[in-house]
Amino acid sequence: MLNSGRLRIIGRRLLQAIPVVVLSTFIVFGLLKLVPGDVAVTLAGDNASEQRIAEIRELYGLNQPFLLQYGSWLWKAAHGDLSSSLISNEAVLTSIQRCLPHTLLIVALALFMAMLVGIPLGIAAATKPGSWIDGFVMAIASLGVAVPNFWLGMLLVAFFSLQLNWLPATGAVSLMKDPWASLSHAILPAVALASGGIAEVARQLRSSLVEILSSQQVRTLHAKGLPPSSILWRHGLKNVSVNLLTVVSLLANRLLAATVVVEAVFAIPGMGGLIVNGAMNRDFPVVQGVVFTMVLIVVTLNLLTDILYSVLDPRISS
Amino acid sequence: MTGVIDISAPTSARVAGMPDAGVSPQPPLLEVRDLSLSFATARGALPITRNVNFTIAPGERVGLVGESGCGKTVTGLSLLRLLPPQSARIQGDILFNGTNLATLSPRRMRAVRGREIAMIFQEPMSALDPVFTVGDQISEAYRIHFPVSRAEGRERAIAALREVGIPAPERRCDEYPHQLSGGMRQRVMIAMALICKPKLLVADEPTTALDVTVQAQITDLLRSLSERTGTALIFITHDLGVVAETCTRMITMYAGEVVEDAPVDDVLTRPRHPYTSGLLRSLPGLSKRRGVLTSIPGRVPSPNAMPAGCRFRSRCTHVVAGCEQSQPMIEIESGRTARCWRAPELVLPGAVN
Repeated sequence: MLNSGRLRIIGRRLLQAIPVVVLSTFIVFGLLKLVPGDVAVTLAGDNASEQRIAEIRELYGLNQPFLLQYGSWLWKAAHGDLSSSLISNEAVLTSIQRCLPHTLLIVALALFMAMLVGIPLGIAAATKPGSWIDGFVMAIASLGVAVPNFWLGMLLVAFFSLQLNWLPATGAVSLMKDPWASLSHAILPAVALASGGIAEVARQLRSSLVEILSSQQVRTLHAKGLPPSSILWRHGLKNVSVNLLTVVSLLANRLLAATVVVEAVFAIPGMGGLIVNGAMNRDFPVVQGVVFTMVLIVVTLNLLTDILYSVLDPRISS
Repeated sequence: MTGVIDISAPTSARVAGMPDAGVSPQPPLLEVRDLSLSFATARGALPITRNVNFTIAPGERVGLVGESGCGKTVTGLSLLRLLPPQSARIQGDILFNGTNLATLSPRRMRAVRGREIAMIFQEPMSALDPVFTVGDQISEAYRIHFPVSRAEGRERAIAALREVGIPAPERRCDEYPHQLSGGMRQRVMIAMALICKPKLLVADEPTTALDVTVQAQITDLLRSLSERTGTALIFITHDLGVVAETCTRMITMYAGEVVEDAPVDDVLTRPRHPYTSGLLRSLPGLSKRRGVLTSIPGRVPSPNAMPAGCRFRSRCTHVVAGCEQSQPMIEIESGRTARCWRAPELVLPGAVN
């Protein structure tokens, strides 16, 4: 598994992650400073005097030069200290520890559903291109891409929660506390999130599988006398696994972003809600903390993808 | 059938007259009768070949030549029914040891593929599966047809690699196609094709994608393996030099039809069809020492606009009134046929004098 080539890939990727983290948090920090609004005014409350606001700025270091503020945040973050919220005074790390599991659960569930449904659909469509099942899958795929997930989320709530009363409409429960309740809360948001992903996995898998099945290497397999089943399951799927991995990895990254909207629809106290509230209040330590965490997750996912690439395709590691 | 009358020379006469089969008339290994292929397109069926007839004796090596698009590759693929079943239409009979492959069920056809008739292709890199080791792919070809263990499959794969002249086969067995050179890959393809000891090997331009030096090695290998194992060989190529070195008989195709079928030595010295003669005279280095290289003027008619009568006549220097008549294959002498009604009278130059 971990030969020297792969270790080198991992080392290089981890080094590349450092500038990515610094740059992305810097850009977000700069944007927060550019947009109008001031956290000091919020903290001072209604009808506060200019002097009070100035005191608060002094207290939180908000009157320091921009680069110095960013530098001191980065220095602390590098030492594992993500500071505290300016509004609630809760440690940002604590907020993230509370919110991240909810987000990860629905993203993971959505990713799982996208593969569970998308892969069989893609295979079914690819084995009989041009047939009714192919047309059906492609129609579903177009629909899945076209339907906005927040709207689908509202429809799901209206039907499954309000009409049928099968699943809870809003909120989230910790997986540790009550796994069953936690899953039942996560199902609808995950379905809303997964709809586009199912479509994408099915479409991409279909097109790469159709290409492989009509390739010269598959003609050789027919010439050897292989039955279509082993051509598809043994050779076809192994050949398209790299493409599939690319699709799933990109999808995972996108779902992490798309969860913001879906969390709002289902009132889930996840990372989406955390960053939206933080941005509204110019509570920059919270925003920075969330961005920092998300970048780390994405970098880790991409690293994992790269390692899997070299496992699946012998041409990549050598 | 396409509705065009085509009187071929009696098959038995041609078999009897074959050069290697002089002792006693063997039953043919393969007999292709009136094979017409067409592809379904949005604007109707596009005819590719028409009434192709030929026979292959056991152990015989036959070159199938002609320019690109003449139908030689699709004819080769059709023998194993490897053309896309959704679009390709096969008419006629492909009798292999008396069994008609054209009408065989898919399951029984799979038992023939690789076991009785094997095929190798032009581009070994794209013909091999890049994510499996060559050993896996070779042993897979054996284990489909013979129920042996994984370990024995591997042993056989190593033996097959040694047979085709790959050094250190135990190591090469675990390598992937991208780790091998082009010539090595084609050797792997040959090892894979011959591992079940098929009776017929169809080689579709196996040397076209290779370096010139490697081409000769692969050609020699195919010939010596065919001689040693008694595997008949259909060598599809446009390289007449390869045919001269490897084969005993040459079938020339033009615009989807067989135009000449003759022993190699005879056809090289005295071709009977003007197209074969044109091909032979276009060979560099053989016909002339200096001067402009001979070429055949004009181009092949398009498959959906084939002229009636001789399909070569718009490019032929010997064309006369009467060439627009339907041209059957006529027997010129024992074992030689040509699709030209003037063949008996014409004296055409070949490549060797």
